[in-house]
Amino acid sequence: MLHIVNKSPSERNAMSSCLRMAKKGSTILLIEDGVYAATKGSVVEKDLKAAMADMQVYALWPDLEARGMQDTVIDGIKQVDYAGFVDLVAENKNVQSWL
Amino acid sequence: MKFGILVNEGPYNHQAADTAYQFAKAAIEKGHEIHRVFFYHDGVNNASKLTEPPQDDRNIVARWSKLAEEHGVDLVVCVAAALRRGIVDENLAAGFRISGLGQLVESGIQADRLVTFGD
Amino acid sequence: MDEESSGTVKKFAFINRKAPYGTIYALESLEVVLISAAFDQDVSLVFADDGVYQLKKGQGTKAVGMKNFSPTYRALEGYDIEKLYVEKESMEARGLTEEDLIVPVEVLTSQEMATLMDEQDVVLSF
Repeated sequence: MLHIVNKSPSERNAMSSCLRMAKKGSTILLIEDGVYAATKGSVVEKDLKAAMADMQVYALWPDLEARGMQDTVIDGIKQVDYAGFVDLVAENKNVQSWL
Repeated sequence: MKFGILVNEGPYNHQAADTAYQFAKAAIEKGHEIHRVFFYHDGVNNASKLTEPPQDDRNIVARWSKLAEEHGVDLVVCVAAALRRGIVDENLAAGFRISGLGQLVESGIQADRLVTFGD
Repeated sequence: MDEESSGTVKKFAFINRKAPYGTIYALESLEVVLISAAFDQDVSLVFADDGVYQLKKGQGTKAVGMKNFSPTYRALEGYDIEKLYVEKESMEARGLTEEDLIVPVEVLTSQEMATLMDEQDVVLSF
């Protein structure tokens, strides 16, 4: 399953709730303000790193770049563009947006 | 693959409409089909032809209309949500049509994936 | 409903994570749920995070001048929508128990909720 998170982890609880309710083996894609979760020093850095043992984490680079956060991405988080976003949706049997 | 898209936010206030558009464009470029884009909640404001952004800004409404014109994408605006917010046939931009919520459920049934963009 | 969609039964989950009245999402989500009943799909409603507040008993909206839509949750049974799930952690984190809720629900742990969501074909969140 693909989980899409578009909220800053320091403003809302979408990221934390996603990590709590996502099944092992799931894929997480961070977009829009959600990309702040993918950056070093974010409030969920520790939790996200722990989750990466069981889950694949991706961040949308156009959103990282728009926010000037492209050079501070946590190691192990892969970056995709919109075409990669489309591929992730196609590869997973279902998708949930944590609005 | 057939994708359905749900847009829950209006243009400009939230990035949802931009991301949904970039996703749709990328999907079409990769040879996928966009089965339908359904506009709900404040998302119905994506269909207002009265929208006039400054010249140096993107025209979100016109961008959707162009997608419908060039790729035959079905742009559906929820009637109940539209009436609540003053979107009617008279101010509907080209390529959009107003219909019922059943069109969203139908998109969920017929499309291979339904992706939600919102706040 | 046209030919293509008749006969197909998919698992639909509506994820409610927002409180009522502060924003319109809860009300308009309920409107989609009611419409989905006409399509004979396998529908589940999930209440997590602030979405649990949607089910709180005793809502009275006269003074705010808005429509109280909470009785609609009780009417869902009449539409054959009977799968209502509440995440245990969210409910407890808000000081609520099942007795505080307007309808009977099934309370699931985060792990059980993860499994339920993973089994869905279509997940709609508002």
